[in-house]
Amino acid sequence: MELKTIQTPQVPVRYFEGGSGAALVYLHGAGGLRAGDKFLAALAGRYHVFAPLLPGYGDSEECPALRDMLDFTLHGWDVVDALGLTDPILLGHSMGGMIAAEMAAVAPRQVSRLGLIAPVGLWLDEHPIPDLFSLMPYEYPQMLFHDVAAGTALLTTGMALDDPEWLKGFLVTNARQLGMAGKILFPIPERGLAQRLYRITARTVLIWGASDRFTVSDYGQAFRAGITGAELVTIPEAGHMAIWERPERVLAALARL
Amino acid sequence: MRFTWFNLMPWPFLPDDFREKHRSVWVDIDSRLFDPAASHQVYNTYMDLLEYASTLGFDGIGVNEHHQNGYGIMPSPNIIAAALARRTKDVALVVLGNSIALYNPPVRVAEEFAMLDCISGGRLVAGFPVGTSMDTNYCYGQIPALTREKYQEAHDLIMRAWHEPDPFAFNGRYTKLRHVNIWPRPIQQPNPPIHIPGGGSVETYDFCIDNTYSYSYLSFSGYIRAKALLQGYWDRVSERNAPDTSPYRAGFAQTICVAETDEEAERLYAEHVLYFYNRCLHVFPGFADAPGYRTIKTIQSGALSQYAPPLGGYSSLTWKDLTEQGHIIAGSPETVRQRMEDMIKGLHVGNIFCLLHVGNMPADKCMYSTKLFAERVMPKLRGLFPEHDNDQRFWCKPLEGQVAPGGLPSEAELAARLGVRV
Repeated sequence: MELKTIQTPQVPVRYFEGGSGAALVYLHGAGGLRAGDKFLAALAGRYHVFAPLLPGYGDSEECPALRDMLDFTLHGWDVVDALGLTDPILLGHSMGGMIAAEMAAVAPRQVSRLGLIAPVGLWLDEHPIPDLFSLMPYEYPQMLFHDVAAGTALLTTGMALDDPEWLKGFLVTNARQLGMAGKILFPIPERGLAQRLYRITARTVLIWGASDRFTVSDYGQAFRAGITGAELVTIPEAGHMAIWERPERVLAALARL
Repeated sequence: MRFTWFNLMPWPFLPDDFREKHRSVWVDIDSRLFDPAASHQVYNTYMDLLEYASTLGFDGIGVNEHHQNGYGIMPSPNIIAAALARRTKDVALVVLGNSIALYNPPVRVAEEFAMLDCISGGRLVAGFPVGTSMDTNYCYGQIPALTREKYQEAHDLIMRAWHEPDPFAFNGRYTKLRHVNIWPRPIQQPNPPIHIPGGGSVETYDFCIDNTYSYSYLSFSGYIRAKALLQGYWDRVSERNAPDTSPYRAGFAQTICVAETDEEAERLYAEHVLYFYNRCLHVFPGFADAPGYRTIKTIQSGALSQYAPPLGGYSSLTWKDLTEQGHIIAGSPETVRQRMEDMIKGLHVGNIFCLLHVGNMPADKCMYSTKLFAERVMPKLRGLFPEHDNDQRFWCKPLEGQVAPGGLPSEAELAARLGVRV
């Protein structure tokens, strides 16, 4: 994967590009995207992948002008336009799924294939989504992975909580990334998507880890009920981070588009 | 010097095993620990203490705003201040303050502060905190990365509402109002003096310097730890070529306990101080600092969130640690005077917010400590900045001849005046 920069009207955007096949735009979740991401590599085995970083993620420039859901949604389309893509497969994970769904609802004629992996964006009172912003790092694995021990190992590699300089860097990254994510996820990750889902006309596949404890499977059913013709694929032995735990199964589900 | 007797209003009945059984004193504190019937006594005692302090020569009495918080049962400081306005005279009412980004629309603050100023005869000192992340983000749901922009807009709206004599339209990003025309207006013109509680961000330093607001550092970790932060402020005051370095440009909160001797101070107050540091500051770290709440610049400056516990946590601190490391200033009047003088000179602060009620301290001990401070410490600290004695910019300017409550005529006078039978 190559890390490149493209200019949009509001901000330069960093994006990973690689692979060959049908053009696919992948929108990452609140945790962001790193160069060695194994899901990205898996995607690139079958698609020509474009994976933009949301402003403030990684080393990308922040964009204070992006404040609310509409700003994020239109920014998503600005990126697709800047990349010169027409009707790419639109794929998003978690927060990225929320943005992708909004993009498909706002501009239904510009997207005909939509993949949503454990998207947020809906709220069910009987299944409150955990407060991502007050979770301590040691609480993430339990929430995000089917295999908590393996997930812990994945997340804690390279952590040095006792080193003040590392901690400062961690806090800055968190402030940049989750600060940005908070604009559409805090305090409740819901910005009215439910009332716009009917506008989505893309063929849609919803991909859910069977052990997702963050966005439980009821959310998958709620999305399926809201998007006409959407298909829900449940992946066994996978949690909210199905993209890392079962990338091949996620790809197989995507192939249905 | 200006001394404000400040009461955080802690809930005094947190159980001994609070730390073990509960994860946080703030945000998701167990509501079953609050006893409404018992709070009747607690609130009224705390207000009695504020009123008592006003009779002892303190310049101000102070209240603040916290939400869902076991050490501050004052979500609306304005309600307390309104009650105090009626039962006190001459003393400043220091409301430190209203978290202006939380009021919808923010002209509510302009209105309520104006009411307080009018009822009290111009005794309001107004505070505009951004609010802690616990209050602002986790309890009141403000988006962390947008909080400061919303705060700034609320500030601009409130100031215009106070300053502009004619109705105006306000087209803000967060508040849109067609007819801003608050009624009543504050006695103090163009506006009551303004204090801004801050936690070390350069942006807040500049905001205070540019607007001639007093910068307050409200911490519980004492003056030794505050040195670097306030030095940063004073460096900035010089860098920005502010016209002066008046100590009244800054304020500092300090926990203080006074007794006849150092030993007596420990005997009388240690349990209440430890109650505060061990139970009241037991905040779940996940609530301390929502990502995006503090600016990148502030994080990079190395300032840790003041609610991030010190390494090992507060619980390992003893009375000796707390006094020697300056978290609290405690002891005989002479010990306290010396340390207060070190603090005032070292930090160069003119406004002191005296936390003389601590934790679950009962009223009698609090009165004793307060009286000793007022009579045997405060007078000796009054003259520390004689060259700035005339600096009135950061303090209230009460009306001459304030109205006393209860000024209605007796029924007999009424009958005589009106020529009727009552």
